[in-house]
Amino acid sequence: MDILELLKLSINALKVNKMRSILTMLGVIIGVFAVIVLVSMGSGLKKYITDQISGLGSNLIFVIPGQVGGSRTPGGQQTNKLTINDARRLDTKLKAIADVGPVVQKPSTIKYKNKTDKQVSVLGTTSNYPDIVINAGTTRGVYFNLSQEKSGAHVTVIGKTVQERLFGDGNPIGEKISVEGKKYTIIGVMKKRGALFGIDQDNAIVIPINAATRQFGVDKVNAIYLAAKRPELVELVKKQARQALLQRLTEDDFTLQTQEQTLNTIGSVIGALTIALGGIAAISLLVGGIGVMNIMLVSVTERTKEIGLRKALGAKRSDILSQFIFEAIMLSVTGGVIGIILGLGVSVLLSQVFLSEVTPWSVFLAFLFSVAVGLIFGIAPAYRASRLSAIEALRYE
Amino acid sequence: MKKQPVIILTDITKDYASEDMVTRVLHEISFRVNVGEFVAITGPSGSGKSTLLHIIGLLDLATSGTYFLHEKDVTKLTEDQQASVRNNEIGFVFQSFNLLQKANVLDNVVLPAIYAGTGKAVRETKGRTLLEKVGLADHLLKRPNQLSGGQQQRVAIARALMNDPSIILADEPTGNLDTTSGRDVMEILKSLHKEGKTIVVITHDASIANQAERIVKLRDGRIV
Repeated sequence: MDILELLKLSINALKVNKMRSILTMLGVIIGVFAVIVLVSMGSGLKKYITDQISGLGSNLIFVIPGQVGGSRTPGGQQTNKLTINDARRLDTKLKAIADVGPVVQKPSTIKYKNKTDKQVSVLGTTSNYPDIVINAGTTRGVYFNLSQEKSGAHVTVIGKTVQERLFGDGNPIGEKISVEGKKYTIIGVMKKRGALFGIDQDNAIVIPINAATRQFGVDKVNAIYLAAKRPELVELVKKQARQALLQRLTEDDFTLQTQEQTLNTIGSVIGALTIALGGIAAISLLVGGIGVMNIMLVSVTERTKEIGLRKALGAKRSDILSQFIFEAIMLSVTGGVIGIILGLGVSVLLSQVFLSEVTPWSVFLAFLFSVAVGLIFGIAPAYRASRLSAIEALRYE
Repeated sequence: MKKQPVIILTDITKDYASEDMVTRVLHEISFRVNVGEFVAITGPSGSGKSTLLHIIGLLDLATSGTYFLHEKDVTKLTEDQQASVRNNEIGFVFQSFNLLQKANVLDNVVLPAIYAGTGKAVRETKGRTLLEKVGLADHLLKRPNQLSGGQQQRVAIARALMNDPSIILADEPTGNLDTTSGRDVMEILKSLHKEGKTIVVITHDASIANQAERIVKLRDGRIV
């Protein structure tokens, strides 16, 4: 029998028991659907986070106080030993190969006339901050310059959210806002940067670092950003920065982390998560496959007499075998295709509101899986059918 | 015209083994059927006549003995080769018709041609011709259960003729039919005989058997 005959035969057989065929397919539909949607969500999440981090600049190295996974004081918090002087020393040492930007950060309340904005992130940093962090430039006005940085001038560049909350559509340039009682003159508005891990990066203002240390009475920094001047310098910057920091500090006092490391760590976590989710979904596909096998066994038993008749009329063993395998494959592939269409539809819809990215390989894999399910779970029932003796099958009631 | 044997059975025995005993249903049966002959095998139920027909039709295997069909020893064939013999050289007519209820009349008739690898157009033309021949040209697309018993048996005969076999084996073809329908079926078989087909009919009905050229009587697995 050729493929077309088999196709017609199996479609007819599936049509005879419509409800049963649909319910059996449902198992495969759900399985394939789940694989595609979960894998799409996993890769969507990965892409989102990768984009977010790359958004900070790919040449970036963070110097963070304390050791990740290192010893901690009983209070739980490691003592911050990273100071503004460490940043200055790094700047001197790395001048030729990197831009150095220390950051002092503190959530504060901002006031403008009678309006108040609480929990604004106040960032004290250097004038080269826009060169270090991608997308930190201004849309309006200017950034503070080196002399304003050194003198600790009370000038500020505000984030988009702060601007909207305090000034609405009005022009904030030249206005004075108060940061915990001290007045700052607005000289610029930052570009919109969006949210990173759910934190609104635009709910922030930037002030010269010397103003921040005076304002908050600190000499410790929350982080030092090192931006290598070229991507291939990242490792060298990292090495020299470590040497420079070790002159005063110990290994436990700081962590150097490159963007690549961060990306790798997050990538591998999400990759594992995606595989785990996909695996769970694959189990439902397996269950769907068992459903196919179950129904095919029922079908073979029900149609014993038909099998006997076909054999009596000249069907070979292989004809019966391919008839039933084809039926099982039709069941699972039809289910698979419906599952793919639904999965793609939902993934595309999800991508509008949530993180979801359809990956061609997951669609291909799901399709391949559903064919394999039909084949693997169809073989046993079909084999059983093909082994029936013609006369015994004919006598079967 | 010289009579040539088409079926030669020699010392055919058939045993059925159950858990604790072996039952012999056929005892060293030897018999021949010539080309173009119309033979009736009769006997009471349990005499082994159905088993004999199944062995002739290669639906069942003899425990011992030899069977030559068209001068070939068919007991030595593989399962697939036997399927091919059933497909090309033998047409079956069963007591209970054995039509596929989910398929229409035409699809039932062309079934043997599908396994012979005949193309769709050719086999459907042939199927229509055969259904016309048995007087069912108007019922091509009906389901078997929309037809009377006599009509269903005529569909089954059309199906038996699909691949132009030289031999027609009929197992109580009138057993489930009323007298009139039974007579119609026998008329068709007789006209096939006139066309030169070899026909073997099993029946326990003497009036049917008497329409054959020759009657073989079986009792307790032996020819009497």
